[in-house]
Amino acid sequence: MSLSLRSVTYRYAGSSRRVLRSLDLSIERGEVLGVVGANDAGKSTLCLVAAGLAPTTIGGRLDGEVAIDGAPSAGARPHELAQRCGVLFQNPVTQLSGTTATVWEEIAFGPRNLGLALEAIVERVAWALSLLNIDVLAPRDPARLSGGQAQLVALASVLALRPAYLVLDEPTSQLDPQGTQLAGEAFARLTRSGEVGILLVEHKTDLLERLADRVAVLAEGELVAVGPAAGVLADERLEAWGVDPPARVRLARAAERAGVQLPVSAA
Amino acid sequence: MSETGGVPEIVPEFVLPPPTGAYRRLNPTTKLLIALAEALIAFGVRGWSGPVVVLAIVLASGARAGVGARLVPFLLATIPLVASILLVNTFLYPGATDRIFVLGPLAPTWTGLVFAGQATLRVIAFAMSAAVLGLTTGPDELVADLERRGMGRRTAFVLSATVRSVPRVLERVREITEAQRARGLDTEGRIWRRVRGLVPLAGPLLFGALTDVEEQTMALEARGFSAPARRAVIRTFPDSTPQRALRLLLAAGTPLVLLVSVIGMLGFLP
Repeated sequence: MSLSLRSVTYRYAGSSRRVLRSLDLSIERGEVLGVVGANDAGKSTLCLVAAGLAPTTIGGRLDGEVAIDGAPSAGARPHELAQRCGVLFQNPVTQLSGTTATVWEEIAFGPRNLGLALEAIVERVAWALSLLNIDVLAPRDPARLSGGQAQLVALASVLALRPAYLVLDEPTSQLDPQGTQLAGEAFARLTRSGEVGILLVEHKTDLLERLADRVAVLAEGELVAVGPAAGVLADERLEAWGVDPPARVRLARAAERAGVQLPVSAA
Repeated sequence: MSETGGVPEIVPEFVLPPPTGAYRRLNPTTKLLIALAEALIAFGVRGWSGPVVVLAIVLASGARAGVGARLVPFLLATIPLVASILLVNTFLYPGATDRIFVLGPLAPTWTGLVFAGQATLRVIAFAMSAAVLGLTTGPDELVADLERRGMGRRTAFVLSATVRSVPRVLERVREITEAQRARGLDTEGRIWRRVRGLVPLAGPLLFGALTDVEEQTMALEARGFSAPARRAVIRTFPDSTPQRALRLLLAAGTPLVLLVSVIGMLGFLP
């Protein structure tokens, strides 16, 4: 059971440039795969392709195959894909429907779209709120939330569709430190639940170090490294690929250069 | 349909706070039809009667709903339009010869003044009617009720999203204005300066909105928006036999009143 990309190459509509090149990746259920890379490396495109939005919704040309639990995404309709793989973008504001008066109704928006019975909708909303520990937000107006809270509501809204996999495209990039902490705690809770496989694109390697089981590095649309998080995030080539190593790694290197012995807990 | 409205027991109560006040408790669609009828009669019935009667009803509704004082800003907002109507018609009404006085090139006429007075009342009656609807009915309530009555999901979404996006657009305008000011753009002072200052705002606003729309479209697809299923109803609103009768009366009676006015059968009214 996995979300897999096999020999995936993708070009946007009207462009001959291959934004992704011969990618092979897979994410197991219950696993967190972090993805890092410089700007323009193809990370957001990878998210769209993995979630099935490209080419289904935005067009373009896809070579290779994306499959979710063995079923190819090609040809599936957007609402079918939404139940297999959820996607969360950078800007929390644009992900909320903008049509609801309470967070509860915002989270119910997706399950209602699927035509679920009211009992099932109520159960899913309660589950998503509880999983992310945001029950207190339920009566609030979605338009009056902080960035971090709005991102959590957007995540809960996606989770309420009960996808087996989640694609998170730099979900903390527009959040302040407090918002990032809120989101990070929610992702940690989600990963501990072991219910979904997560592809997490994230510049903040400190966050990835805490959350990811494996990390993949993208450079100019190609996969240049993939492996256990600790190993990839300590790779000497990371900075050359345009990625800042986690603070722990930078500290260890600085200490090594200065000939300082760090306590085991810090190293 | 429940006489009192509400949400099913399994849905948390905060999803639909109980409305307070006699006018607010009316069904959202009833209030929409009342506002539409008021607007049509205010503009469609000739003479003073239409706008005067409508304005009286609107003000009484507003007072009953407890929003009388909150109508004042809406009234003030009509001043620029009302002032231009009064000036243009009083001084430049075509073909009018019954001058009130002559002062150099200025020659206001009684005909123009009467027409301007009626037009002013129509504008104010319409503005107040829309304000009472807006102040007593949340857009999401109205859309939820219309959707329950069979309005398409996409139409409901476009309506609701449009209304609720207004504060977001205004916030973005403020952000862009501040950013441009920080870079030395002059957006205050004389009118031509303000107009010139609008040009650099348009680009970021437009492109920002387009980017948002693209991302929001993808986010909606990722939430099953295009699924062909019928959506479960979460909110129902108070309704009753008298309200249904009133809606029927408004839907049938308003066009009839307009027709009677147009063919001149209301000529006995002032």
